[in-house]
Amino acid sequence: MRLTGSEIIMECLLREGVHVMFGYPGGAILPTYDAMAKYDDRLHHVLVRHEQGASHMADGYARATGEVGVCIATSGPGATNLVTGLATAMMDSSPIVAITGQVPIPAIGSDAFQETDVTGVTLPITKHNYLVTDVDELAYTMKEAFHIARSGRPGPVLVDVPKDIQNAVTEFIYPEGPIILPGYDPPASADKYEIDAALRLIDRAERPIILAGHGIMMSGAMQEVRELAERAQIPVALTLLGKGALPEDHPLVIGMMGMHGEASSNLAIQEADLLIALGMRFDDRVTGNLKTYAVNARKIHIDIDRSEINKNVRADVGIAGDLKTVLNQLLPKLESKSHHDWIHQIRDWLEDSSERDILNHETPGVLLTAQVINDIWRLTGGDAITVTDVGQHQMLEAQYYPHQRPSTLLTSGGLGTMGFGFPAAIGAKFGMPDEEIWAIVGDGGFQMTLCELATARQENVNVNIAIINNHFLGMVRQWQELFFEKRYQATPMVNPDFCKLADAYDIPNRRVTQRDEIEDAVAFARSIDGPTLIEFVVEKEEMVYPMVPAGADLHDMKRRPKPGEQ
Amino acid sequence: MAQQATANKVTVVALVENEPGVLNRIASLFRRRAFNIDSLTVGRTHKPDISRMTIRVDAGPEYARKIANNLQKLVNVIDVRVIDNEPHIERDLALIKVRNDDAHSRNTLTEICDRYPARIVDVGPHVAIIEMVGTETFVEKFIDEVRPIGIVEMIRTGVVSMGRGTRIHDTSVTRRGLARATLQASAARNGRIV
Ligand SMILES: Cc1ncc(C[n+]2csc(CCOP(=O)(O)OP(=O)(O)O)c2C)c(N)n1
Ligand SMILES: [Mg+2]
Repeated sequence: MRLTGSEIIMECLLREGVHVMFGYPGGAILPTYDAMAKYDDRLHHVLVRHEQGASHMADGYARATGEVGVCIATSGPGATNLVTGLATAMMDSSPIVAITGQVPIPAIGSDAFQETDVTGVTLPITKHNYLVTDVDELAYTMKEAFHIARSGRPGPVLVDVPKDIQNAVTEFIYPEGPIILPGYDPPASADKYEIDAALRLIDRAERPIILAGHGIMMSGAMQEVRELAERAQIPVALTLLGKGALPEDHPLVIGMMGMHGEASSNLAIQEADLLIALGMRFDDRVTGNLKTYAVNARKIHIDIDRSEINKNVRADVGIAGDLKTVLNQLLPKLESKSHHDWIHQIRDWLEDSSERDILNHETPGVLLTAQVINDIWRLTGGDAITVTDVGQHQMLEAQYYPHQRPSTLLTSGGLGTMGFGFPAAIGAKFGMPDEEIWAIVGDGGFQMTLCELATARQENVNVNIAIINNHFLGMVRQWQELFFEKRYQATPMVNPDFCKLADAYDIPNRRVTQRDEIEDAVAFARSIDGPTLIEFVVEKEEMVYPMVPAGADLHDMKRRPKPGEQ
Repeated sequence: MAQQATANKVTVVALVENEPGVLNRIASLFRRRAFNIDSLTVGRTHKPDISRMTIRVDAGPEYARKIANNLQKLVNVIDVRVIDNEPHIERDLALIKVRNDDAHSRNTLTEICDRYPARIVDVGPHVAIIEMVGTETFVEKFIDEVRPIGIVEMIRTGVVSMGRGTRIHDTSVTRRGLARATLQASAARNGRIV
């Protein structure tokens, strides 16, 4: 079969099981857009309003489904607009394949119209990238790109395709069989001595704790982690991206760790004599000051990326491998244990936290973000996929929307990308059409990518947008309050009327200013098969507690005062 | 000859695909991770599509392993090895242009070169070029001796290393090679010849 490069791209996408791609056309990618028409019945193209949106949609699709998300853009400005999304996906190990048009090969290097060195620009923020220079290598490159994106530690891969390669005609040969890359061999299992060493540490520990990360879900090791925790009676603290790895109502789950984590989790980490870190990477937002981090604990660190082991925290037993495989090596030899005193101690800390919990305070006359999020949790039966933006509302989501199922909280953790939430929610809906999707976004971040309202309308995407409007870049304001004597430089915002805005896009909407209006508004949003927007006008100067100031010791938390203490 | 390895320095040897942009990827990695590199050399091997890099690090073996683990993540890096304690041969080459305009310097230069594996490869009325090959420390010792004569220009290649004995560090598999084979097999299965 003789096909053009553009057609080959489509054929390859189909063979990877892709049925939706998010993109924006332009001169250098036009042949590929032209080829799309022929594949329209099997490959749906979603026209975004800004390429950043396409990259976040592909990312949201990938996070929700575990499959590779696809975005597509033209050369130059189209490709550079993808950069934020690629960096976001890179930091959170999200598998996406980005296809970009490039100027024709003879023009490369001549500063041609809309020429950018895209492989150069994206080199440090992709897992790998390609500039295709021979149409006969296109099919293999596409297959390799998907393989690299989804295998090992997943990540974004970019394929830059010059326009003349898209137009070139060749005999289409799809490479059958597995891709073998000599320089690419993600570790799989552990050595026996590593397993034995880990078992010895677990057996000796009196105050062990599991640090559950994103890798658990990417490896599909939820059941194995649960078995480990239950049989050895080990409490489980979650990273932000690890939420959902175990149901949050599980008695051994003690909550999120880190800068805005549960006090009990952070204290437990500092008091522990063994950390079992599973598919997490000891980010500074999780550890605080490394010098005082879990100083009395031995560490077992299991991660698929060998370079993560001993990067930030020295591991006594470091195992590079696929978590599910490694735990399945370990579990048959694991003995039952109990840690009554330790678990009891953590329960005491939890009780102190609940006394401080804002939901247990009287707050007449004000609407708080925590209340909004907790009510959304209650009204959705705790079963929605929530996609957050970045800021206070993000941390409050993590605190007040307990997740029961894996991959139901999608959030930009590593890069903290404002503008991620809304487009990622659209992508998630395309991947999970039967799930209820809520985009929980700040008034600041939403305005960074709100142009995708038009995309949501055009495609009639059933996402519910909850704007948490505090009229502030709230998280920055919080830092200004705590560390810059309340000098609110560049954080107050005069916002548009979000409801009128929604009207302009023909999107049904509501505004909520009182707690007793939440239920109705949420019911309204859930009743509509298409995009909806609810603006929650909340208290302007709310704080997120607990907080470990950047670089401080993990146990040195600013706590919410107990009632009567302030 | 007193040629022992420099203390505290560790060598990382990597086999990489000889493709455009590979060196850029490696340089970008070092910059991004703020790895401190002493020297880096790249050269061809006896296989046309494989290059070999020697990276010298002025740090402990743990740091070298960190670099190796990150290098290994690059798709175009085929194999990485940290040469720490194992016996190996290492060579650095220096071209040194020195002043040569009086009898005294000429004599001193010849005298020094006699005691080292160094050759005078170019002589003129004012300057001479010397080529010195040896371990890094040995080359440095030589440079120290020559320095008083007056060095006007110098270039060093950086260290290249090879482990001793029969532990062979080599490969003949490359991505392109495998891709070609897979495509040919796929085409043959479909009754086509390419
Ligand atoms: C693209 C980008 N720019 C700047 C920041 C820094 N930043 C982090 S949180 C935040 C404030 C977010 O405000 P808003 O979206 O209103 O959410 P809130 O904190 O008020 O809930 C800012 C500016 C960021 N994370 N991302
Ligand atoms: Mg805000």
